[in-house]
Amino acid sequence: MADGDNQIPKLDDALQVPCIKPGSMDGLQPFLASPEHQEALGFPGELVPDWKERALAKMEELAEKNRAFQVYLDICVKCGACTDKCHYFLGTADPKNMPVARQDLLRSVYRRYFTFAGKYFPWLVGARDLTEDVLKEWYSYYHQCSECRRCSVYCPYGIDTAEITMAARDILASVGMGQKYSNEIIGKVHSVGNNLGLNPKALGATLEGLEEDIEDDTGISVRIPLDEKGADILLVTPSADFFAEPHIDGLIGYAKVFHQAGVSWTLSSYASEAANFGLFIGNYENMRLVSQRIRKAALDLGVKRIIFGECGHAWRVAYSYLNTLAGPWDFLDQNYPIPQHILEFTWNEIQKGTLTFDKSKNDHLNMTYHDSCNVARGSRMGDMPGGQFEIPRNVIKAVCNNYVDMDQDTIHEATLCCGGGGGLLTDDLMDLRIKGASPRMTALQQVTKDHGVTHMAAICAICKTQFSKVMPKYGYEMDSVVSVHQLVSNAIILDGQETEDDAPEAAEAEE
Amino acid sequence: MAYQVNGQTVEHDEEGYITNLGDWSKELAEVIAEAEEIEMDDERWEVVNFLREYYDEYQIAPAVRVLIKALKKSMGPEKGNNKYMYELFPYGPAKQACKIAGLPKPTGCV
Repeated sequence: MADGDNQIPKLDDALQVPCIKPGSMDGLQPFLASPEHQEALGFPGELVPDWKERALAKMEELAEKNRAFQVYLDICVKCGACTDKCHYFLGTADPKNMPVARQDLLRSVYRRYFTFAGKYFPWLVGARDLTEDVLKEWYSYYHQCSECRRCSVYCPYGIDTAEITMAARDILASVGMGQKYSNEIIGKVHSVGNNLGLNPKALGATLEGLEEDIEDDTGISVRIPLDEKGADILLVTPSADFFAEPHIDGLIGYAKVFHQAGVSWTLSSYASEAANFGLFIGNYENMRLVSQRIRKAALDLGVKRIIFGECGHAWRVAYSYLNTLAGPWDFLDQNYPIPQHILEFTWNEIQKGTLTFDKSKNDHLNMTYHDSCNVARGSRMGDMPGGQFEIPRNVIKAVCNNYVDMDQDTIHEATLCCGGGGGLLTDDLMDLRIKGASPRMTALQQVTKDHGVTHMAAICAICKTQFSKVMPKYGYEMDSVVSVHQLVSNAIILDGQETEDDAPEAAEAEE
Repeated sequence: MAYQVNGQTVEHDEEGYITNLGDWSKELAEVIAEAEEIEMDDERWEVVNFLREYYDEYQIAPAVRVLIKALKKSMGPEKGNNKYMYELFPYGPAKQACKIAGLPKPTGCV
């Protein structure tokens, strides 16, 4: 059984390889999706009697449809380059959390049923039968992978381990073993429009409250429009931006930037979610259905552009797959990137000189930046290679005086996962989340020690929530993680806004 | 999986959220709080009552910011802040307080 000790790993440096502890995370399982949550996504409610045949048929279907998946299963040479690249292995020391070992849980079964050697000489090639124990092992260890793809960066063959995790989860859901956290959430997107289940009335009330807050703080009326037909820009952002801290401060930042740039924009209550957990469960049909909501909202509202808010995997899906999932986007203005990231928008405005900042407003913060995995390794920003690394840093440096990077081996494409991505941001996996965060937290502690870093910025709703939960375990306050647009919001000076310098009583002034 | 209150059985899910929202009562809230190792006092009741009123109107729990803003008005800035909410409900005002208030768990990246 998993030791479940909630022990915080002590690493000397962020990438220290631990002595292995076989079985230390054995048996850890997130809650199974209920029949109701399974069926809403088109999966069987519970484990089907002929699960073995169906699982193998699904594996065969995936290998046929997705040639990359089959190639990944065939070509691994066990070189070991990936073994120490996974934050969950570094944090848990369980050898089955080595990426190659995790893949082999599925590869060994594939070999048994779909390769010549495995069919006739299974003992020679490490092939094994698919049994109920194997199925349970899959459910456990394929929910100890956040699909962050750090291991893939180091694979000389370019095997994308996340694809294998996604396939395994798709197979599991197709025989009745879906995960509660992800499937309940996808069901809410299908029925309500967002992960939270936030209905239009509640969303409208929340946004009105935020408009009041901005006016109270700045004396300026800044709108956060909802369902406004004829607006130029549709902003699609994670619903956590309407609910959680520090996400909501980022949303205020987007609104101030749009206001200052003088563009017309709107949110949609129908497509009130950027996240697409269909990616996490490896299910194309659900991913497509979630994306289609954005298309419908864009058409119904008659927008010309689509911009995505701060959400890591949403940007991967948007940047890499949106055209296939919900295109063609011929009805949008072709003079702008389709879709565009909010950071690209803000950075453009900064370069154009439309935004004015008082950087000293962030002087109480010594910043560093956490590259979110799906943005770092699954997408890009701007028109230059590496733009997804440079643009967020450029924006932070434009609004903050104090910035330093973490260890080079833990940022950019080598970034470490926050420990809660890929559908693992659930309380029933808290032990894994705390342990999986240890490499990132160790890298952060290093810059705190060396450079006095106090806060870390992120551009992913999952990263923000995960860090605000686990940072207190590593000696930080929960508000030590901030949204990038929260920093923008702190420093931006709106037209007509009186600053403390020219009017000390401005804070009390009534509009 | 069930709570026992006044000799009655109230079903809950794997995480302790009650299955049928209509089953909630003040006595049940005390029972859930006890299971969470929390002692209900006036301030915690104020949070729980606000959550329930908000839910009645909007069928969802309020954003943390909305909750804090309301409590800032009634409790003052020293107590109407995120940090104090976590002192009242160590597992978070949104999730733990919702559980005691008999509301569904907020889902998503929160």
